[in-house]
Amino acid sequence: MYKNIILSSTIHVMVIILATLSLPFLAKKPIDLPPIISVELIQITDKTNIPFAPKAKKIIEKVKKKEKLVSEQAPPKKIKKEKPDAIPLPDEKPELVKKIEDKKQNPEKIDTEIKQVSEFEKKEMFDPNAIAALIDKSKELQAETNVKLNKTTQSQDKNMDISGLTLSEEDALKAQIFGCWSIPLGLPYNENLLVRIKLKLKPDGSVIKTEIMDHARMNKPGQGFYKVLAESALRAVKLCQPLRVPTTGYERWKDLQLNFDAREMLEG
Amino acid sequence: MKKILLFIIVFLFSSKSFALITVDITRGNLNPLPVAVSPISSDKNTNNALEKELDIKNLGLEISKVIENNLKTTGLFNPLNKDAFLQKPDIAHVKPRFEDWSLIKAQALITGKVELNDKKLRVEFRLWDVLAGKEMLALAFTTVPKNWRRVGHIITDKVYERLTGEKGYFDTRIIYVAEEGPKTKRIKKLAIMDQDGFNTKYLTLGNELVLTPRFNPTNQMVTYLSYFKNLPRVYLLDIETGIQEVVGDFPGMTFAPRFSPDGKKIIMSFAKDGNSDIYTMDLENRIVEKITNHPAIDTSPSYSPNGKYVTFNSDRSGYQQIYVMKSDGSKVRRISFGKGLYGTPVWSPRGDLIAFTKLHKGKFYIGVMRTDGKGERLLTENYYQEAPSWSPNGRVLIFYRETKSDDKGEGFTAKLWSIDLTGYNERLVNTETDASDPSWSSLLSN
Repeated sequence: MYKNIILSSTIHVMVIILATLSLPFLAKKPIDLPPIISVELIQITDKTNIPFAPKAKKIIEKVKKKEKLVSEQAPPKKIKKEKPDAIPLPDEKPELVKKIEDKKQNPEKIDTEIKQVSEFEKKEMFDPNAIAALIDKSKELQAETNVKLNKTTQSQDKNMDISGLTLSEEDALKAQIFGCWSIPLGLPYNENLLVRIKLKLKPDGSVIKTEIMDHARMNKPGQGFYKVLAESALRAVKLCQPLRVPTTGYERWKDLQLNFDAREMLEG
Repeated sequence: MKKILLFIIVFLFSSKSFALITVDITRGNLNPLPVAVSPISSDKNTNNALEKELDIKNLGLEISKVIENNLKTTGLFNPLNKDAFLQKPDIAHVKPRFEDWSLIKAQALITGKVELNDKKLRVEFRLWDVLAGKEMLALAFTTVPKNWRRVGHIITDKVYERLTGEKGYFDTRIIYVAEEGPKTKRIKKLAIMDQDGFNTKYLTLGNELVLTPRFNPTNQMVTYLSYFKNLPRVYLLDIETGIQEVVGDFPGMTFAPRFSPDGKKIIMSFAKDGNSDIYTMDLENRIVEKITNHPAIDTSPSYSPNGKYVTFNSDRSGYQQIYVMKSDGSKVRRISFGKGLYGTPVWSPRGDLIAFTKLHKGKFYIGVMRTDGKGERLLTENYYQEAPSWSPNGRVLIFYRETKSDDKGEGFTAKLWSIDLTGYNERLVNTETDASDPSWSSLLSN
């Protein structure tokens, strides 16, 4: 009799512990993640991802100070990206360039500052005019992240630091697939054509299994465009394999989902 | 008891899981898709019989060349060189060795077989996905042997549709004005040909001036303008039977008759009492209805594919611009606001774009804009070019381009050109003579 009660109580306790650890709404412990701005700025491998964060923070603070100085002298105007509706006529081109140049303030000064600010990222040049906006954005994002973190479970907490691909890993994979994916140019740009493909990968990046997540849509009448896009995406995966995956952390990326979206390209 | 506890502990500690990593692929390459078009295979008996009938040694090879040429002109496909093919056509058609085809970088493969049964040509073809190693499409066509080029076009249409998701435009014809002789004494005849420039036929003798032939979107009828005793006359011509009838004589300057989408009306502009407006004519009862009523010059009307709207050009703003109105003439709205003069608007069969000719600073442009006038894109620029006409799938435009003549009046040419919506794939369309005023038919087979 007592044995049964003890057994029952133990199982109940275990179930409660399990539920506490797994259910997201019960988790309260926030996660101490590096500020999101470090992710925005650094493109590096997983080994250097975390160590660089404080360094990047310092750099941003340095940029903040310099930005202040610039703003005291002459607040830089935000230059809106001008995208004309029509292809400009040949005689209009020089005017357009001139207009943009007129709007810039102290472009030479800004250039020198850019070089000093960004010591490790030469490809993506810093736009000093956008720093304030970037920092504001980072604050907003941070606030959003904090809200999200409050909802994160402990088990997720444990995995958060090792799950996902680093920016450089993701970029390498994207760049590889960009090259393999021949976009069917006849597709309409104004339709919702997003193909999600789930992959099962080998440690060397070769594909064991592909699964179109919305497979039923392929054979529905009137979904010819979706089918064409899905097939082109599958071809891209097959053509690309073995995929450029990280050399370590197989457990992280052995299952991968690729979302193929051609709208940006088709719109032109 | 212990076992249960152990199980729970193991379960707890092994519950460490990874969230599924997602990667967004928003870019790809716009390179033409590499396609291998294997020669359509045929046995010796078939070849001999076909050679007797058509004077062509290897018809399968010729059909595959038609397909290859069609695919190449789209700019979306890159047909691979046949010399690199490792597998023989007959075996490839039964069971392709996908490794051999992927070795030469083919992503799609077209194979086929041609036979002659009871004097009827039977052509079957298969489209293969080389990377997936599976069949995508398999069809067979039976026809009279002399239709072999059409079979090639129909196969291309099917392949194109399967690989791009949109209808093809290969089994179509183009009607145009064939021009010969010096610029001052030009002979103009009505001519029709396949979209790839083959099978040209002349429909008129050249005694009278012919202008602006336009296809009926629903069948193989053509309307065109001709001058009879110096008076403009609108004709209807049935291409299949060759029967032609006069729709009516119209006063003054008459321009560009065009069919409504259901083929029951024609819309055109003509000048009455010195004022050019847009009129429609019901082809059943021949009742003429005035659509616009404005002192300005309104010309070049073109229906939207659903027949509810009409686009036209007018100088009512002081300069020639493009306007859109309801098909009853109400709610007229100007849609072009760029620099220069805009003319010859043509509504795309897809309904999303309007093609036009633009004149600015002495140069002519062919361009497209959305139906609300936004998103204007100029596709091509030249000394003189005009009269765009859409392919039935709304992806390609055909137009004509003239070159400048020298002081003696020589060196003048007029040729047909095509350009796709990307603006990169511009091609000269082969014609036997000089050519102008092209109009693209709808698909002959659906």
